[in-house]
Amino acid sequence: MPTKKLEIKNLTFTYNKGTSFAKRVLDGVSLSFGAGEFTGLIGRTGSGKSTLIMQLNALLKPESGQVLLDDEDIHADKSKLKEVRRRVGLVFQYPEQQLFEATVRDDIAFGPKNMGFSKEEINERVRKALDLTGLTPEIAEKSPFDLSGGQKRRVAIAGVLAMQPEVLILDEPAAGLDPAGRDEILSNIKQMHERTGITVILVSHSMEDIAKLTNRLIVINEGRIVMDDPPHLVFQNTEELISMGLSAPQAALLTQELIKKGFAIPPDLHTVDGVVAALFDVYAKHLHNSTHV
Amino acid sequence: MISAKYVSFDYKAVVVDADNKGANGDIKLINAVKDMNLDVQAGEFVAILGRNGSGKSTFAKLTNALLTPSSGELVVNGFNTCVEANVWNIRQNAGMVFQNPDNQIIATIVEDDIAFGPENLGVPTEEIRKRVDNALSLVNMSEYALHSPHFLSGGQKQRVCIAGALAMHPNLLILDEPTAMLDPIGRKEVLAAVSGLNKNSGITVLLITHYMEEAVLADKVFVMDEGAVVMQGTPREVFSHPQKLRALGLDVPQVTEIAERLAAHGVPIKTDIITINEMVEELCRLKNSK
Ligand SMILES: Nc1ncnc2c1ncn2[C@@H]1O[C@H](COP(=O)(O)OP(=O)(O)O)[C@@H](O)[C@H]1O
Ligand SMILES: Nc1ncnc2c1ncn2[C@@H]1O[C@H](COP(=O)(O)OP(=O)(O)O)[C@@H](O)[C@H]1O
Ligand SMILES: [Mg+2]
Ligand SMILES: [Mg+2]
Repeated sequence: MPTKKLEIKNLTFTYNKGTSFAKRVLDGVSLSFGAGEFTGLIGRTGSGKSTLIMQLNALLKPESGQVLLDDEDIHADKSKLKEVRRRVGLVFQYPEQQLFEATVRDDIAFGPKNMGFSKEEINERVRKALDLTGLTPEIAEKSPFDLSGGQKRRVAIAGVLAMQPEVLILDEPAAGLDPAGRDEILSNIKQMHERTGITVILVSHSMEDIAKLTNRLIVINEGRIVMDDPPHLVFQNTEELISMGLSAPQAALLTQELIKKGFAIPPDLHTVDGVVAALFDVYAKHLHNSTHV
Repeated sequence: MISAKYVSFDYKAVVVDADNKGANGDIKLINAVKDMNLDVQAGEFVAILGRNGSGKSTFAKLTNALLTPSSGELVVNGFNTCVEANVWNIRQNAGMVFQNPDNQIIATIVEDDIAFGPENLGVPTEEIRKRVDNALSLVNMSEYALHSPHFLSGGQKQRVCIAGALAMHPNLLILDEPTAMLDPIGRKEVLAAVSGLNKNSGITVLLITHYMEEAVLADKVFVMDEGAVVMQGTPREVFSHPQKLRALGLDVPQVTEIAERLAAHGVPIKTDIITINEMVEELCRLKNSK
């Protein structure tokens, strides 16, 4: 068990508290994220994902309960809030809409510059962030507007990485990208995680992507955590997921249908690789039996 | 319904110096759509696939006369989009839903936002009420009629935008990645609504998407690359070329890939499978043959 990096203790949150619009959005959420863990977060629209991640970097304050970063309540000392937001980096949905500098380099340098680092330090941070996001030095000199959708997205992520956060939270980093762009940015995030050991929380509506990437998957429904398991276990509950407005990768849905038809395959298959291997096995056995009868 | 003949469109972009001293006066042309040919029949449900930057959104805007071709001819609903006088007719009959809902919502109450279009058309109040209620129920947002769009999540907002387009009773609905921000059930609901509108009301649908499982539901799929149509056919025809699609930055549904890989291992399986049901049927057939 890795040491706890972030911990949420019995957190409850209501928007517009005390008005007729009051709406409880997070209800007794308790979770912890180990240092270096890569966790997926899924939940239907409105389930509270964005609210939860805004709590994690102190953009919102709990109504009751706590968020602890390295065992310290993030709201304990108001003067440290800025520091908390640097340590817990948040990449919003469609972050490329916030690129505005003339060059990619300036965009990535924006945060570190604001923090008053030396020129050398800024350059070093930009160099590292470019490297981690798989962007070349040539791209750094271009205007962000001349880049492809996936590249722009990576520039936005590099901008957050240049702040050298300890936790990186990404809200649907692949939304709107074509399949090749999705694969590219997600495998890049995975590599970045492997190289830095940073704690990653990834929000996604793509069951296929999340099945490939994470080894822990949290399901949130109506402001409550309802599942917290490895993806192969979560995606076995296809009916429950569908009833919560979610789904499972086609590979997992197919597996459940085949089991209903009497196929002897493991019930927790959830990736194309797994299903191909299992079905090939079934077919080979079948072939073997029939040729030897 | 839509007939594109050698349609091209160039954006004129002002060249900005990298040192941010501002525009240096140069204009560069970006050929977003190049000699594009495409025909969509009335009542068809058509999906357009293509990697980012392949010209899909530009084509969608051309179809709605938000842009006009730099060359070539584009006729929508019998109206040539190059003729200024036709623009009103084209837009009135072609509902459009864009990627980002935030830029499309105007009113501060959901139902007002949906009523906005029909009100502009001078539709009678009673009829507007009916259209608003119907549109909201089609996208499963009835309970939010009196909410402020501002407080909705991204996916909920997107469904409001779709309802807004539906309330115009268009005969052509152009949806530019409408589900990019939706959760799985939201995607399913929107697709069900869109395909219901197509089947029951005969509305022609042009759906731009990066989700291959959505394209499977269409009558016809067009694949764009570098501003032109490079593949077209039924979903089954198009998805039976996985290698070609991958080279175009696209993919095939997982079940299609599973069939492809089993076949490569020598399993005598059909490779033009595009849905889970077809796959289950084919695997049962294989199991029982012998
Ligand atoms: N600023 C806000 N004011 C009031 N309600 C909000 C606000 N932001 C979100 N909500 C509501 O809180 C719930 C959870 O929203 P959100 O955290 O954005 O969910 P998700 O990211 O899972 O879609 C939704 O019902 C949404 O309408
Ligand atoms: N407003 C614009 N000004 C200049 N170039 C643009 C503009 N909009 C799109 N482009 C360029 O036109 C090409 C096609 O873009 P687009 O139609 O948006 O593709 P898609 O929707 O398939 O991602 C891309 O190279 C894009 O950068
Ligand atoms: Mg959200
Ligand atoms: Mg587009």
